[in-house]
Amino acid sequence: MIKFLLRRISFGVGVLLALSLFVFFLFFVAPGDPAAMIGGEKASETQLTQIRKNLGLDRPLPEQYVRFLGKAVTGDLGFSYRNQQPVTKIIMRRVPATLSLVIGAVVLWLAIGIPIGVMSARHPGTLRDRLGQAFILVGLSFPTFVLGMMALYCLYFLPRQAGFTLFPAGGYKAFTSDPLIWAWHLALPWMTLALTIAAVYARLTRGQMLEVMGEDYIRTARAKGATERTVVWKHGMRAALTPLVTQLGSDIALLLGGAIVIEQVFGLQGVGALAVQAVNNQDRPIIIGVVLLGGLFIVVANIIVDVLYVLLDPRVR
Amino acid sequence: MAVLEVRNLRVEIPTEDGVVQAVRNVSFSVRPGTLFGIAGESGSGKSVLTQSIMGLTPAAEVSGEALFEGRNLVGMPQSEMRKLRGGKIAMVFQDPLSSLHPYFTIGAQIAEALHFHEKISPAQARARVIEMLSKVGIPDPAARVDDYPHQFSGGMRQRVMIAMALVLKPALVIADEPTTALDVTVQAQIIELLDSMRRELGTTIILITHDLGLLSNVADDVMIMYAGNRMEYGPADRILRSPAHPYTTGLCRSSPANYEPGAKLAPIKGRPPSLLATPRGCVFAPRCSEATPQCASAPPPLRVFDDGVESLCWLEAAPAGAKPVNAAPDFAAKAKPEKVAEVRNLHLTYDVGGFFGERRKLDVLKGIDLTVWRGETLGLVGESGCGKSTLARAIAGLTPTTSGSIELLGRDVGALTPSEWRAMRRQVQVVFQDPYGSLNPRRRVGSIIGDPFRLHGVASGEERKARVRTLMEMVGLNPEHYNRFPAEFSGGQRQRIGIARALALNPSLIICDEPVSALDVSIQAQVLNLLRELQQELGLTYLFISHDLSVVRHLCDRIAVMQAGRIVELAESEALFRNPANDYTRVLLNASHVPPKLSPAVGRKLLETREITR
Repeated sequence: MIKFLLRRISFGVGVLLALSLFVFFLFFVAPGDPAAMIGGEKASETQLTQIRKNLGLDRPLPEQYVRFLGKAVTGDLGFSYRNQQPVTKIIMRRVPATLSLVIGAVVLWLAIGIPIGVMSARHPGTLRDRLGQAFILVGLSFPTFVLGMMALYCLYFLPRQAGFTLFPAGGYKAFTSDPLIWAWHLALPWMTLALTIAAVYARLTRGQMLEVMGEDYIRTARAKGATERTVVWKHGMRAALTPLVTQLGSDIALLLGGAIVIEQVFGLQGVGALAVQAVNNQDRPIIIGVVLLGGLFIVVANIIVDVLYVLLDPRVR
Repeated sequence: MAVLEVRNLRVEIPTEDGVVQAVRNVSFSVRPGTLFGIAGESGSGKSVLTQSIMGLTPAAEVSGEALFEGRNLVGMPQSEMRKLRGGKIAMVFQDPLSSLHPYFTIGAQIAEALHFHEKISPAQARARVIEMLSKVGIPDPAARVDDYPHQFSGGMRQRVMIAMALVLKPALVIADEPTTALDVTVQAQIIELLDSMRRELGTTIILITHDLGLLSNVADDVMIMYAGNRMEYGPADRILRSPAHPYTTGLCRSSPANYEPGAKLAPIKGRPPSLLATPRGCVFAPRCSEATPQCASAPPPLRVFDDGVESLCWLEAAPAGAKPVNAAPDFAAKAKPEKVAEVRNLHLTYDVGGFFGERRKLDVLKGIDLTVWRGETLGLVGESGCGKSTLARAIAGLTPTTSGSIELLGRDVGALTPSEWRAMRRQVQVVFQDPYGSLNPRRRVGSIIGDPFRLHGVASGEERKARVRTLMEMVGLNPEHYNRFPAEFSGGQRQRIGIARALALNPSLIICDEPVSALDVSIQAQVLNLLRELQQELGLTYLFISHDLSVVRHLCDRIAVMQAGRIVELAESEALFRNPANDYTRVLLNASHVPPKLSPAVGRKLLETREITR
């Protein structure tokens, strides 16, 4: 197990290295001169040269990369071109909003998606199944931002017109100051994000459960005298769980790297919003930082999923 | 009083194609402490019958009565039924691996049954589980209780299933083909275990099986089912020795064990009917060798005989059955002194583990020496995992070997160039076990059979089509079905497709890897006859792999017994069966249940004839 873990971790480190190499060089072949951006339009040629020298931009690319990597290992990703603050600090300020968004949404989408999938699978071909399938289809085909706009219109704008505030339009309030306000502000983004992703989980759960409920060991459980609830939620769900865990791992990792659309719609100052701003500003150190953070999440999530897989399935232990 | 009294049970399953009449008006009663056997081919309704009594077929519409300890199980509310399931009536299923939950320990799974029905502390439950495991013969039960199903062998898993069924000391255990997925020596142990548990705990057992030989050894009463009907019912020793119904006779006659080796089997012609339509006459009439015009026009009455046998048939006396045609044993001189394949000191070793566990070597073949002579049928028998299929695959060039040599038609295949190998492949063809899985479902039968012609550039266009049709005719398929898909054929027909494909290039050696083990006994007899006829006509050489000793004895000239990667005995068939030299061969021979020889019913009198509604 430890050998396996070490191998997975070293593989993950390799992925991150390759990713950093890729984004680093990508941005250096991209057009635009960082020095001009930092110096401003009126900067003279000597000033620009000075800036380049300060940033190390006059060095050969490989050397720049090695130096960047050396610092990155210690958590120093350089400084924003825009406001000269440390990249790590800027990103870290944005993490709580994204993290809060994702955690709440995960709980919601699992709570919605799995029961719908199970209900659909337990009564295949019936009205309940068709309702479940309709939910899946609508959820999968609805763009997130449309759903977000609708939520805003119905649950924020209309009540406001009627003279009261049902939900705020967005923004992020720290959990530490008041958990209730925190949740109230995040309610709309949570619902929006959860509803679209719940469809994916409902479909996955339905497919898995349809297969599992036809297995011989389900019949054995019934023959033992298990109640239907035990049969479905213990024997069935336990076997259907593994693919759900895999999907959940990559979904969480992807969203932690930036839930761009949702953050834009609801004005959440999260990692996704930061990425958009950084691209608009051509703020390379921030972009590289955000990409590496996203990569880190995915690599870590994959390792966790692999370990969970082994823990969940005694046959591969 | 009977433990289970079933009266006029009827099970109908609505499907997209119509209503499947899975069980039609079946009555029987199971006496306490006895072993009641239900036999029939697949699709006869024997599993549906018991599962619908237990309320495990939610889609089915069940009518009639099934009285268990005086209470009717049919129409009983699920909440009541649940208390009986596991507690009073337990079930053991066919495949113990898929019937046990892979993610829970066996101890947890058995204890769960206890918790469903009794208020019991986890520690007490555990103690009961361990006690039960030791009773069913699991060695070191206190340690193994926390193991997962995949850590047990097939036979041990079935013991676990039996422990789970018996832990609540139910009055009735329904065992649905409990030994079909197991090796022959393990089968004997499991039946022995069930039987001793029955005697020790006084449990009544319903044993569902297609194996008449097995039933004749252990059952007190039997019921023979066909297409949802109860064809024959009564004491096992009477029915299986002197059947009153032509279908039972046909089943017994389909087993190679009832014949001189090499004789042509008398199979039941045709195949089982659709369960969607109810024929006007007897369901078996189209396949019956005794059928009269009356059989097709009016439903048969129930004949009750004085020895307790009841038969749903127009016949009043015991049927003669189709006469077995005793072909002269012709194989004595048929093998020509020409080596088709010669295997010398063949080894095959796999490296396994390494990902989580320790790396180790797994020896699959440990020095095999074997010669196949032209024109003979060489049988290869052994239990699962002994390496018999691997050996066959190695000879066919489908599996690389570690060391040793394989010579085909005098040429060492190790020394062949790739193009020579390609040419050599024409000489060795394989008929695979599973006729459902080994044919590509999306390709037409014509192109499946024509594949060898295409791959080896032998024939194309109209010529290929013509040759495929000839082949189809040769194996007893209708050449007009050229454009059909495999799904449109029955199991036996699909195996004919596989045989036709193997014959296409007129190979020197045909390797049959368990070609009939997925087929029902009546269909199996048809395919065995076909293989034999083809050999006589075309002078084919077979390497025939099977776990079924009666099949091997029937078809093979010589038999090689394999155990754990070695050939432990190789002898001419009859010599092997009469004087097995090896201990393991003796164990194999003793473990197989041979159906009793049929004998005419002496002094059986017809007591009464009842009209039966359907």
